[in-house]
Amino acid sequence: MQALYGFQDGSGDWFISIDTDKCTGCGACVTVCPAQALEVGEDEYDPLSEVHVARVRNAERKKIRYTCAPCRPGYGENPTPCVAACEPGAIAHSDAWQHAYAHK
Amino acid sequence: MIVVGIDVGGKNAHIVVLKDGNIVAKGEAATGIQKAEAVETLYDEMLNKTGFNREDVTRVVATGSAGKRVAFADGVIADAVAGARGVNRLIPSARTVIDVGAEEGSAIKVSPEGKVLDFAVNEKCAAGTGTFVETMARALEITVEEMATISLQSNSSIPMNAQCAVFGESEVVSLIHQKIEKQDIAKAVHDAVAGRIASVARIIGLEADVVVIGGMAKNSGFIDSLTRETAMDVIVPDDPDFIGALGAAESAALGV
Amino acid sequence: MAEGAQKEYWRWPEGTWVNPDIDWQKGTIITAGVDVGSVSSQGVVVVDGELYSFGNTRTGFDSPDSARKAMDRALAETDLTLGNIDYCIGTGYGRVNVPMAQRTITEIACHARGANFMYGPEVRTVMDMGGQDCKAINCDDKGKVLNFMMNDKCAAGTGRGMEVFADLIRVPVWEIGPRSFQIEKEPPTISSTCVVFAKSEVMGLLEQGVPENDIIAAYCAAMAHRIMGLLNHLGVHEKFVITGGIAKNEGVVKRLEEALGIKTAEQVWYKAEYQDCPFDTQIAGAVGAALFAEAMVSKGKVKSVRKA
Repeated sequence: MQALYGFQDGSGDWFISIDTDKCTGCGACVTVCPAQALEVGEDEYDPLSEVHVARVRNAERKKIRYTCAPCRPGYGENPTPCVAACEPGAIAHSDAWQHAYAHK
Repeated sequence: MIVVGIDVGGKNAHIVVLKDGNIVAKGEAATGIQKAEAVETLYDEMLNKTGFNREDVTRVVATGSAGKRVAFADGVIADAVAGARGVNRLIPSARTVIDVGAEEGSAIKVSPEGKVLDFAVNEKCAAGTGTFVETMARALEITVEEMATISLQSNSSIPMNAQCAVFGESEVVSLIHQKIEKQDIAKAVHDAVAGRIASVARIIGLEADVVVIGGMAKNSGFIDSLTRETAMDVIVPDDPDFIGALGAAESAALGV
Repeated sequence: MAEGAQKEYWRWPEGTWVNPDIDWQKGTIITAGVDVGSVSSQGVVVVDGELYSFGNTRTGFDSPDSARKAMDRALAETDLTLGNIDYCIGTGYGRVNVPMAQRTITEIACHARGANFMYGPEVRTVMDMGGQDCKAINCDDKGKVLNFMMNDKCAAGTGRGMEVFADLIRVPVWEIGPRSFQIEKEPPTISSTCVVFAKSEVMGLLEQGVPENDIIAAYCAAMAHRIMGLLNHLGVHEKFVITGGIAKNEGVVKRLEEALGIKTAEQVWYKAEYQDCPFDTQIAGAVGAALFAEAMVSKGKVKSVRKA
């Protein structure tokens, strides 16, 4: 299941997506995030499951645009630290940052 | 040579008249809904004030979100270019320009010659703009000027949860209901916007000297929040809301 | 939002209903769900998986009080008390502050489960618009979440966005839908997504003398368009249902159906005989919460807290 954390407003769709089927709950992304925006915990969207997965911390969800911006998702030279650290490839960013900030 | 720069933003229009490179007149007006008409009126007022006629003016350059609506402009330049040029004329040591108006907030990386090297813009959302502060001022039943003053008297740091001007208004009402002091709420509002603006500036890199322009730069409470948020000294030129128009006038003088 | 003498265009009527076909004393498992939203709160009681009663109220400044008010409303016309309830789950924006709940579950999970109950196991996409959020959820035939998109940061496309408009144009929210169709032809939609900027746009249109119903139609169209963005990103599958307060606004619902080319499904639990029931699309979250509670008790995952 794709859990999307973030928001959509007039300026675009700003989301981190975490594929809970791929996520192993290893916590590598939690350690490398410079904004400490991630955590590992219960799958909020499957209340009857006991598996732990990565999530975006509640306090960051509504401002994820600003939280992630300095890592330049999709428009820097390298993948963001969380994406680089995730072996199963469970975490990704939407393309709003790229559309808003990358310049040709 | 007489040239004119006009910056038509989301809420206000600013105009600067240069004669042989010197500022001879400045003016501003709220544009309201009928922007094109308001701008024509402002232009005529400026000409009256200086005693010039439209024929005396060599070139008019417009900028701003509604710059294209200036019928009498000879050219239109991007906000970032205008801001960079205007700041460079006054503060050539500037390397980062932060421009916050009524409806947009942006960060511009500028070269020593005043050229735009990189920029990042926040648009289409009131949360990172002057409108956010104005909305909260209304909820607090004070003017923006009063809000700026009282926020400097606050010692607390209440984070605002809302990231939207509409929800922020509800949150402010709720804080008032909880008997939180207006000065503390005012500071929270400025901190919230400064946080968003600083994040945008970090995208292009915060390099000294950092100069802040646009209407929001007149808000000392916001500037205080931005200074703390970035941990840098920020420079605010006199009449910071005229800098875009000044840059447009400079462009007119250069013939672009 | 001024109280008192000034007319409140955003204030919709509160509701209560009790199922005449159920005698709770004959039931085995009685569970409750409380959904404390930022704008409205609902309390729902479920007896052995059937909807027994609900209450729908406006959320106040205090979340625990709002939860109590909603539950009181749900119990008001019954002789059931909190002590008869086996398990209660809180959900919604204010879920951490529901004093009578033993546990909380996110509104995404609860809405999917609630929609599955109210509209049937064929439901695959649920669009819920609450007071301060908007969510699109894809679910399976058991009401389990497959994926979702939620916006609770931006007022555009939320109930607040519609209330702000109703207040500005001085038309009660429940009249917005019908009046949006009292026009000659569809006007251009409001171009600003941001509610604050849209307000300026609306004021401009009013100044220009554009007829009110045209402006209402333009705003409803803009909101439908906004929801489309969320749904397109997710992918809409039939059967499609809309829950939450916005489902009561035909101005938005019909325009959304037209844009999608899909009609929303009919509810299945509601019988025509329940004439006095203010069929309430806002109870989906609380229904889902109560059903999760029932599942947890019946599977032995939690212990009943029933006192009497």
